[in-house]
Formats: sequence, structure tokens, C-alpha cells
Amino acid sequence: MMTLTRENLINLILAVMLLAVPFAANALGQPFYITLATRIAILALAATGLNLALGLGGLVSFGHAAFFGIGGYVAGILAAHAFSGDPLLFGLSGSKQMWVIWIAAVILSALVGLAIGAISLRTSGVYFIMITLAFAQMVYYFAISWPAYGGEDGLSILVRNQFPGVNTMRPLTFFLICYVVLLLGLGLFALIRASRFGTALQAARQNEVRVATVGIQPYRIRLTAFAISAAVTGLAGALFADLNRFVSPSMLSWHMSGELIVLIILGGTGRLFGPLAGAALYVIFEFALGGLTERWQFFLGLILLAVVLFARGGLLGLLAGKAKHG
Amino acid sequence: MLLDVTKIEAFYGASQALFGVDLSVAEGEAVALMGRNGMGKTTTIRAICNLNPPRAGAVKICGTDTKGKRPHHIAKLGIGLVPEGRRCFPNLTVHENLFAAARPGQWTLERVNELFPRLEERHAQMARSLSGGEQQMLAIGRALMTNPRLLILDEATEGLAPVIRQDIWKAIRRLKAEGLSILVVDKTLSELLPVADRCVILENGRSAWSGRPADLTTELQDRYLGV
Repeated sequence: MMTLTRENLINLILAVMLLAVPFAANALGQPFYITLATRIAILALAATGLNLALGLGGLVSFGHAAFFGIGGYVAGILAAHAFSGDPLLFGLSGSKQMWVIWIAAVILSALVGLAIGAISLRTSGVYFIMITLAFAQMVYYFAISWPAYGGEDGLSILVRNQFPGVNTMRPLTFFLICYVVLLLGLGLFALIRASRFGTALQAARQNEVRVATVGIQPYRIRLTAFAISAAVTGLAGALFADLNRFVSPSMLSWHMSGELIVLIILGGTGRLFGPLAGAALYVIFEFALGGLTERWQFFLGLILLAVVLFARGGLLGLLAGKAKHG
Repeated sequence: MLLDVTKIEAFYGASQALFGVDLSVAEGEAVALMGRNGMGKTTTIRAICNLNPPRAGAVKICGTDTKGKRPHHIAKLGIGLVPEGRRCFPNLTVHENLFAAARPGQWTLERVNELFPRLEERHAQMARSLSGGEQQMLAIGRALMTNPRLLILDEATEGLAPVIRQDIWKAIRRLKAEGLSILVVDKTLSELLPVADRCVILENGRSAWSGRPADLTTELQDRYLGV
């Protein structure tokens, strides 16, 4: 049973606050804040995916934008085909159903994650960072040069995709969908972290040879973790496309990969709610500082510097103390 | 034969460390691998586990040639290694260290905790915060959790307090009594010899002497093990 540690209490407060803000905004007739909270939930989900690879496995992937963008393009392309009625591949038609899009985004991201991971994980350290970046840039330039789906201009989703029984065009409804998916993503992270697989993944991060001598192949568990991580980030990408009703190559750019890493560092690497804390901080900074100056990222840089220098455990480390795992 | 090592040669880069080591361990047997510092004991163990694969000779585990196999395959063939220097996963808890290594078999968390009650007391503690002796118990426990057919202990009691050493030797004697095959490297002859069924002495990377502990005369000890 989960004990009420300080960290769990903070997690609970974060989860409740994220849920409360859109309801308050809805009551006050301020839908903008609902969109802000939805953005936090989706970015937190994307970063939770990366947290599996980076936080548990120590795999600093600088290419997770590829999966985020692939998820986005799956949503955009399926919706575009459903709208136009043109068949997709092998006689399959598009879809406006979110759950169909989610399944497709998860499967495609996981498969691309497997392919990228299978090659990247043969390297480590700075080479791993560079090779994941290179793969993501390949996907980015492919999207730019693909005129059928908007190329550099991106692809609009005319009407937000549907979910059975609810009106997804209502901001609060769409937020709730994203919130539940985020909770499921966090649940998956917690489950994996507590499993033998997750423990072995963390052990492999600490010492590869020692893990091998107890009969575990580090490469295989890392590849599995990388594919699951890609799938979760891909799912977030599909939701992000639906939030903006637009998908463009910017979702695939290396800035996005960097942003996801920044979210995790801000919140707390390897912590269950680190990505949510980081995403909340990031979006609030973006909103608050962005209103004051165009160069808000300069100030974010300063804050990131302070976190790296003085609060290595991120916001959660600062509030809840040192992580159990380091 | 559970482990059959024939004329292995191993290198560190260009320098040769083993020049033909022969070693075998039968089912249920405890073999002491002995020799002065730098004679090739740890290198032999690393070669058996393919952490430093031999360039010549053969290693067979239960009849399977280990040539080209990765270290995790060797572990799956039934080798449980307790490496020199208490190598735990420092940032995992005691329970997680054991849990990560678990494979089905008679050795379970309960049995390891029964063998080393201190580990049960410290199950939620990070491995890095344990004492040296407790870390060694954890390293042995972790190897047992893989349910090995052969347990290899490389200097398992080195640098430990005498009281803790006694606990570790007690555990080794119990494992031997339960029929587990053991290959053990240790410098404490007074503890090692009563446990061993057979001794193999290495000198300058070669097997120099092999026989029963009773036949290891003072003269032989002075010749091969004295400093």
C-alpha cells in the first residue's frame, strides 16, 4: 500500500491543483486557462514518456520530439483522410475517433522507437545523445519535405477528433480526457518503476556489467523501455495535435526534444510527478514571463541554471527532499 | 562436470595474464582457487564469466561451450558471481537489489533473508548506506537470487571485521552443506581449507597444483602461498 510520504502528498496536491484550475476557470468563464492546463497535462504526459528512458534508464534521448511529432502527424493524417474520404494505406480509411488515433499513434511511435533504439542503444553517452538527435532530425526533414501533408506549413485538423459520448470541442471535456490519459501514463510509469523490469532498468543505469552478471541483458531491457517511452510520448503528441487542431514540423524539431528534457530536469528526474511539476513550471513561466518579454526563454535559462546548480532534484527534490533513487 | 576450464589463456590488452589454466568443479563440490596476489585468480573468474573472454582454451558450463557467449548468457547457464569488492547497485534499496536479480528456483527473497537476517532488517535501506559486511551479504544474496548452479565468491571476506567474516563463512558452510557447488577465492586458509573439497593453486597465470586440502602441506603453502 502506498504510504503518505511528503513526496506523495506533494504529488497529490499537484494532481488536485491541475484538476481544480480548469473547473475554476470554467466557472469564471476563462477558457484560456483550461487550454493552459490541458497543455500542461499533455506536456507532462510527453515528458513522463521520456522520464521512463531518461529518469529510470539514464538514457538521455535528444530525439523524443520524433515520437511526439509522429503522434501528432498520426492524428493529423488520420483526421485529414477521414475528412476528405480518401483512403489511407492498403485500403484503410482515416479516422476521427480519438481512441483509434491513440492506438495508431502508440503503435507507430513504439515501432519507430524500436527501430531508433535498436541502433542508438548500441552507443552510449554523448554518442547516444547525438544519434537520437540525428534520427529525430531525419524525421523532421522528412515531414518538411512531404507536401502531401502540408510540408513546412503543417496540417490543420478542421474539427477536433471525437471521443464516444462526449463533446470534445468543449475545452473542459477535452482537458478531462487529457487528464485521465496523463493519470494512466503516470500509473504506467509507477507500475514499471516498481516492477522487476523497472528495477533492472535502474540497476543497468548504475552498472551495466553487474546487471549482466545476474543474467540480465542491459540492451534488451533498455530497448523495451525506449519503445514504451516512445509510445507514451507519441500518445501525448496525438493529444497535442488535437489541442491545437494543428500539427506542424515544429513538433518534431530538436527544440521540442530539448524542451522535454528541460521539463524533466525542472520537475525532478526519475520522480513520478517530476514531469508534471516541470510542465506546470514551464507553461506558467512561458505564460507569465512571455507576457512581460519576448525573451522569456532567457529567464527560463537562468532558472534552469539555478536548478542544475542548486536544486539537482528539481522542484520535487526541493520540496520533497532527495530522491530515493539517484 | 558443472564447470570445466581447459587451458585457458587470457589477456589484458597486449599483456598476457593467463597462460593455460585448468580448473573443474563437479556438482556439489567446493573448490578453493588459491595463489598469491597477481597470479590470475580474479582473471580466471572474469574469463569464466566472459567479462574478459579467454583467447585460447575452453570453458564449459554443464557441457556447454561458453565461447562467444555474452556475460548475461553465462549467468543464465547457472553461474552466480559475487565479484571482488562488494559490488551492489548503490542507488537501489536492499530489496530492489535482490528483486532485480530474481529468477525462479529454490532461492527466494524469504530464503535469502533467512540466510542473512540483517538484510531483512535493512530491506528498505539504500545499498550505499549499508556497512561493508552487509553489502557483501547483499552481493551474495543477489547472486543466490539468480538461483545459480555454481556460486563463485571472489574474496568475499576481504577487508571485513572478524565478526562479520564469521557470519559470511557460516553462510558459505551452510550453502555447501545444502549441496550448492562453490568456487571460492579467499586468503583466510583457516576458514577456506575446511570448506573446500579440492584446492587449485595458480602461479604466474598457470595451474601449478591441484589436490585435496589435506594434501596441501606446509611446504606447498610456503612455496605457492607464502609472501
